[in-house]
Amino acid sequence: MTALQELIQSVEQASEPAQLVAAVQALVAVKDKQAISTLIAVLGYNNPAAAIAAVAGLIELGTDSVQPLMEQLDEYNYGARAYSIRALAAICDPRALELFINAATTDFAPSVRRGSAIGLGRLQWDRLNPEQVYPAQQQAMATLLSISGDTDWSIRYAATVGLQALAKIPELKAQITSHFDGQSQTESDVGVRSRLHWAQQVLSQV
Amino acid sequence: MVDSSPETVTPLTEESAIASLQQEDLSLRYYAAWWLGKFRIRTKAAVDALIVALADEDHRTELGDYPLRRNAARALGKLEDKSAIDSLIQALECSDFYVREAAAQSLEMLGATTAIPALKLLLNSGTEATKQVTGRPHSLEPCEAVIEALGSLGATETVPLIESFLNQPVVKVQYAALRALYQLTQNDVYGQRLVDALKGSDVKLRRVALTDLGAIGYLPAAEAIAQCSVESSFKLIALKGLLEHLALQANLSDAIRVMSLMDSLL
Repeated sequence: MTALQELIQSVEQASEPAQLVAAVQALVAVKDKQAISTLIAVLGYNNPAAAIAAVAGLIELGTDSVQPLMEQLDEYNYGARAYSIRALAAICDPRALELFINAATTDFAPSVRRGSAIGLGRLQWDRLNPEQVYPAQQQAMATLLSISGDTDWSIRYAATVGLQALAKIPELKAQITSHFDGQSQTESDVGVRSRLHWAQQVLSQV
Repeated sequence: MVDSSPETVTPLTEESAIASLQQEDLSLRYYAAWWLGKFRIRTKAAVDALIVALADEDHRTELGDYPLRRNAARALGKLEDKSAIDSLIQALECSDFYVREAAAQSLEMLGATTAIPALKLLLNSGTEATKQVTGRPHSLEPCEAVIEALGSLGATETVPLIESFLNQPVVKVQYAALRALYQLTQNDVYGQRLVDALKGSDVKLRRVALTDLGAIGYLPAAEAIAQCSVESSFKLIALKGLLEHLALQANLSDAIRVMSLMDSLL
């Protein structure tokens, strides 16, 4: 058995929570993309400390993690799904665009929707083919604009953060700015209103 | 708080829900009372019907509990109608623990300062009130809810009374006392003890402390909340509590500090 296989096995066979965390940390430390599948499985073990370590490892492996994260997305465990989305949102690979759009609008779990909203604001558009860039940015913006009217304050809050990030794109800035102006007139939640106010302030200084 | 929906869900309207409260079928009455609160039906007819339900004698369990009264008391807190206050104060004398608890919580939500003397009466026996009732899953009095209400209602004269609850053994009641005492005195000692509680070993109690810090808007807790080992959604709600307290004072640099932490938890 190779050293890597041993590390993977010790993750799979860990029987105590602390033992699992240590095993995941050891596996993450070797930075080998063959560990990706195991790290994704850890997201569903219901051990937050181990999951956080696995997410950090997946983010560090970057683009190599993207395809497996999307393929192994756990449809039956929203906790695991939220961790996957969090990793994808930090890696910023635009292959996750469709996934973020679907999750932000249709997932029942607020944690998954919030993570997707943040992800939509952060994608690295220059990694798309040039002719795809503008339509993709429009789709991301349209999704965030639509969920900014959600009944859950935390979704509206996350949409605001996502839109503020998207407003760095010159072609989108005017529409997002005017949306913020409109929403801040009608927003009923003090927390969301504060976040809108901050976003407006940041955008007015750019 | 999560509202629990009954298994059989009949679509209701404002009129049919109010009518249901007078029907023979007790389960329908119980559901209608929950429904009126859940969907915030704030009409006078809804409030009046719920006040009647709060004195209901028909719906009693073998143990002597009043299920319909519980739901009516909970709903009235959500409807923001102060005409319910006197009836809720009377409900503090109900023999059913959960009716008293719901009434205390609703009086807190309604900002009913006239309820302070009646709330204090529930703590008359001092920390004896936290003793478990044999064979039932609750204490003698709903101390946690009563102490939290006294704190929110600004009952400063109750500080010595509430201080005596810091040394009784029920941890949730200790936290309720810390929360109320901070609200009544603005003394950092109490806020800091709740911050320390975020490092406790029981995740359920960490969530309670987090909720309390959010409710009192204790700004020095911001970073400790963000780092606490609890699900992100609980931390987000607690930080929002801090933000709401700040927003009223329009303190932008502190608000940005809190919002940056919130952004990182999304």
